[in-house]
Amino acid sequence: MSAFPEYDEVGVPLASVRAPAVVTASHLSKRYGQGDARVDALCDVSLEIEEGRLTAIMGPSGSGKSTLMHILAGLDQPSEGTVSIAGLEISSMSDAELTRLRRRHIGFVFQFFNLLPMLTAQENVLLPLQIAGVKPDRAWVEGLLETVGIGDRRTHRPSELSGGQQQRVSIARALVSRPTVLFADEPTGNLDSNTSKDVLALLRRSVDELGQTTVMVTHDAQAVALADRVLFLDDGRIVKEILESNAAEVLAAMQEVTGQ
Amino acid sequence: MTSVALKGLLGRKTRSILTGLAIVLGVAMISGTYVLTDTIKKAFNTAVTDSYRHTDAIISGEEIVKGANDSPTVPASLLAKVRAIPDVSAAAGGYLFDTIELVGRNGKTISSGGAPNLGFGVDPSQGRFTPISLVAGRWASDPHEVVIDTNTATKHDYKIGDTIKAKGNGALGTYRIVGLGKLSGVSIGGATLAAFDVATARTILQKQGYDAISVAAQPGISQARLAREIEPVLPPHMQVRTAKAQAHQYAKQFEAGANVITYFLLAFGGIALFVGAFVIFNTISITVSQRTRELATLRTIGASRRQVRRSVLVESGAIGVLASVVGLFSGLALARALNALFVALGIDLPQAATVFAPRTIIVSLLVGTIVTLLAGLFPAIRATRVPAISAVREGAVLPRSQRAHWRPYIAAAVTAVGLLVLAQGLFATGGASAVLELLGLGTLLLFFGVALVSSYVVRPLASLVGQPALRLGGTAGRLANANARRNPGRTATTAAALMIGLALVAFVATLGAGLRNSVSDALDKQVTADYVVTSSSNSSTPFPKGATKTLAALPNVQVVSGIQSDRARAFRASTGVAAVDPATIAKVYRFTWKNGSDAALSQLGGGALVDSSYANKHHLTIGSRLTLETSAGSTRTFVVRAIYHAPQADPLLPSIVLSQTAFDRIFPRPQDQYAFVNVTGTPTPARTAQLKQAFTAYPDTTITPKASWVHEQAKSVNQTLDLFYVLLALSVVVSLFGIVNTLVLAVFERTRELGMLRAIGMTRRQMRRMIRHESIITALIGAALGLPLGVFLAALATRGLSSLGVGFHLPTTQLVLFTWVAVAAGIAAAVVPARRAARLNVLEALQYE
Repeated sequence: MSAFPEYDEVGVPLASVRAPAVVTASHLSKRYGQGDARVDALCDVSLEIEEGRLTAIMGPSGSGKSTLMHILAGLDQPSEGTVSIAGLEISSMSDAELTRLRRRHIGFVFQFFNLLPMLTAQENVLLPLQIAGVKPDRAWVEGLLETVGIGDRRTHRPSELSGGQQQRVSIARALVSRPTVLFADEPTGNLDSNTSKDVLALLRRSVDELGQTTVMVTHDAQAVALADRVLFLDDGRIVKEILESNAAEVLAAMQEVTGQ
Repeated sequence: MTSVALKGLLGRKTRSILTGLAIVLGVAMISGTYVLTDTIKKAFNTAVTDSYRHTDAIISGEEIVKGANDSPTVPASLLAKVRAIPDVSAAAGGYLFDTIELVGRNGKTISSGGAPNLGFGVDPSQGRFTPISLVAGRWASDPHEVVIDTNTATKHDYKIGDTIKAKGNGALGTYRIVGLGKLSGVSIGGATLAAFDVATARTILQKQGYDAISVAAQPGISQARLAREIEPVLPPHMQVRTAKAQAHQYAKQFEAGANVITYFLLAFGGIALFVGAFVIFNTISITVSQRTRELATLRTIGASRRQVRRSVLVESGAIGVLASVVGLFSGLALARALNALFVALGIDLPQAATVFAPRTIIVSLLVGTIVTLLAGLFPAIRATRVPAISAVREGAVLPRSQRAHWRPYIAAAVTAVGLLVLAQGLFATGGASAVLELLGLGTLLLFFGVALVSSYVVRPLASLVGQPALRLGGTAGRLANANARRNPGRTATTAAALMIGLALVAFVATLGAGLRNSVSDALDKQVTADYVVTSSSNSSTPFPKGATKTLAALPNVQVVSGIQSDRARAFRASTGVAAVDPATIAKVYRFTWKNGSDAALSQLGGGALVDSSYANKHHLTIGSRLTLETSAGSTRTFVVRAIYHAPQADPLLPSIVLSQTAFDRIFPRPQDQYAFVNVTGTPTPARTAQLKQAFTAYPDTTITPKASWVHEQAKSVNQTLDLFYVLLALSVVVSLFGIVNTLVLAVFERTRELGMLRAIGMTRRQMRRMIRHESIITALIGAALGLPLGVFLAALATRGLSSLGVGFHLPTTQLVLFTWVAVAAGIAAAVVPARRAARLNVLEALQYE
């Protein structure tokens, strides 16, 4: 097995990767269980995430895409292989080091928003800074609230916001500390298609306007159409990669991958 | 992060309040205890200080024998000598705080709630020395006049000019009320006051000399100087004290008594807090596991473990502080309730303006907050184990600790150590406080251990106590049964809180049953008479010897035999001494002889009988000599004529027994403590009524058939038991909050599941029944653990108390009753959560995240 079998399979030369990599993963494997019950969630996956680009990871359920993202973000430990973010090797980090890493380099957007119900929208957005003991830059926070479009709803609690609005709050929360990389886990998985479009546009704008490096796990074709680069996973391996794609291409690729 | 924790608290108001309530009661008990006892101490101090307002020195007899019926009186001749001292401006002899009963129009002693019947002898020309202040009328000045307190006058409708009956040591007399007064600065509940002139009081009390001489100094003479000047004129056994010193001594004596009440009540506050700690531990644990995703999200956005731990601790700290503040002020109300409880049980405490000392505030707030923080510590540590990845996983649960597999061993070890400490305590030879400390610590550890072990026995126990639910509850019952078992740790901790209260209740009941049994056995064995005469207020209060005089003359009465008792000094210690009539005692009282026989009684004369353990202790054998010094200061030596075994429980006779003739010769004011009566035939109600007629002149004396007297004596244990039950009820209520909490949290957690049940056709009624059965099962697990544990502890304690003759006796009726109490508690605890569950909107519940 070669070092980058996926690349060989889809025939994309390594030279196409031009921007510097902020996340590097090499030879990641993840196994659950033992013996007959053993499941290989990831098999020897290597990849690089380039700065200032929106990378989408796609694949059918059980393809290992979520596992891959969890490992890239330092939420989960690989059985084998290493991950580094901003030049820091994270797979061997202690809990305290991971906490520091999250404060400085990582932002999260969740499928179920995970906002704290007792805090207002603005308080939720400011929470990462508060936790890190960093004084918020007022102008930046103001701009951010306006950019994500919740400026007028900042005093509302999550239960008083629509799903789309909640996800905007959670995107602002992820962006507020200007992370090196933002991980979005099915950000539209819990939204209707119109709202999804808005949220995706917002993510796209944050890449274009703020240069925010973003990794997004999704099975929403719309989402993929906005990505600079799409990685297709199946059975724990990267099976295809598309650059500067459009929706039609992605749909075709999806069908190819899933065999539908 | 602190603000996040506090906002979280506000967001979960019901839960936070229920959690806080668990600690409020314990803190209220602490604060209430302090408020109550500080207030009664203050009341007493004020009364004492007030009563010496115009007094500079007091002359009284030295206390020769501790606890004796009397101190030596001050000879009347001393008064003139004291008045002759140039620096004395005034002096008066009198009687203070003696016992004189006022007898109401119904012929019965006026008394309420066991409050004292106080008698005074007041010199009308020297009214300033008396603690009574005159409100209306004048002081009594001849042998037919009396001043009574305003309270009694109002309550029983007496006016100046009316007549009232009163009785001291002699027979009943009739007096005209010439004035009304009250003790300054204090109210002692239902206490009655009767003030006579000095000579009348002396006659009524049958005393020689005065109780005390109060002295006032000339202006500019200090109390200490006055006392020094009086000293030289005093005969032996007399002492002079400055008013300040005397007040201080009284206050100190009272304080010692009040402190016993303080520690007693604080112990129950401590138990309630201990139970509260379990409830808080459980509630916060459940909340933490329900907030797994929230905590994980905090981790993903950069919160460190320390910040997560702190946020949980801040939350419990805030609950602790708030609950302590509420508890502190609830204590003010509880102090009144406690006082009412004591009054109801016949213990009347003096009252004054409420005292809210800084110590009360500091201790209450600190203890409440610290206990809550400690209870929140483990859940807080557990919260730090929530991994960040739980933020993105469905149905994430708290990971088990690496130390989890040690838990069963830790549980067993704690239980074992608890048992060892208990055993150590039982067989310890140290002082009582050391033994109590060991027993307390052992019990505490045992409770912890059993609480830890219980999570392993919850499943089998639940299937046992869940039988009624299965049989009677239908589907709802079956589901309740399964629900109780699905989270054994949680059910176990919830039940453990109730277990503690029930174990202590069962312990008290079992010990009480043993005590009751041993009392009635011992009395039954000792007394062979048909009737027993005692003071009607309290069998340890002596009554005048004259009371039984008329009895002997009645037809059918064969034997009347009185027993007098007092204390004397022997072998340098105060010892109980009784006197019997050697000719008749054997007909009414059964001696168990060690050396000697009933025949020895006829040769008693100037000799003494001693109890075998007392004889062993002081190496006394037949023929040994024994020297007694009485409270009047007279000394006499007796020869030991026989040695008997006093029963271990409730001996009616003390260690030393004399003949009445010898006793009367050396003890002042001999009074009967018991008199035993034999009649021809057996006691019948008609005969009893006839005998009672003989006591109309002695309203505080009563005659009872032996069987009912023994029964009453045994029953008097119940009053103490009731006090314990009421105080322990507090911890049971705390554990109820625990059950309510756990169920409310379970309903919240199972929202989606409950919605599903409703969707597939479960009625609201069934829903409520399901929750109720789960609650009852939890409560019954608490009973199944607690009641046997309490009985076991009582069995250990009776072994420890075997030297006091307390046997083990299983109180079956009470145990069944307590089980029903647990069921009722379960039903009560389920009301709120069941209503919540029944009210769920099906559609919303199904979509609940």
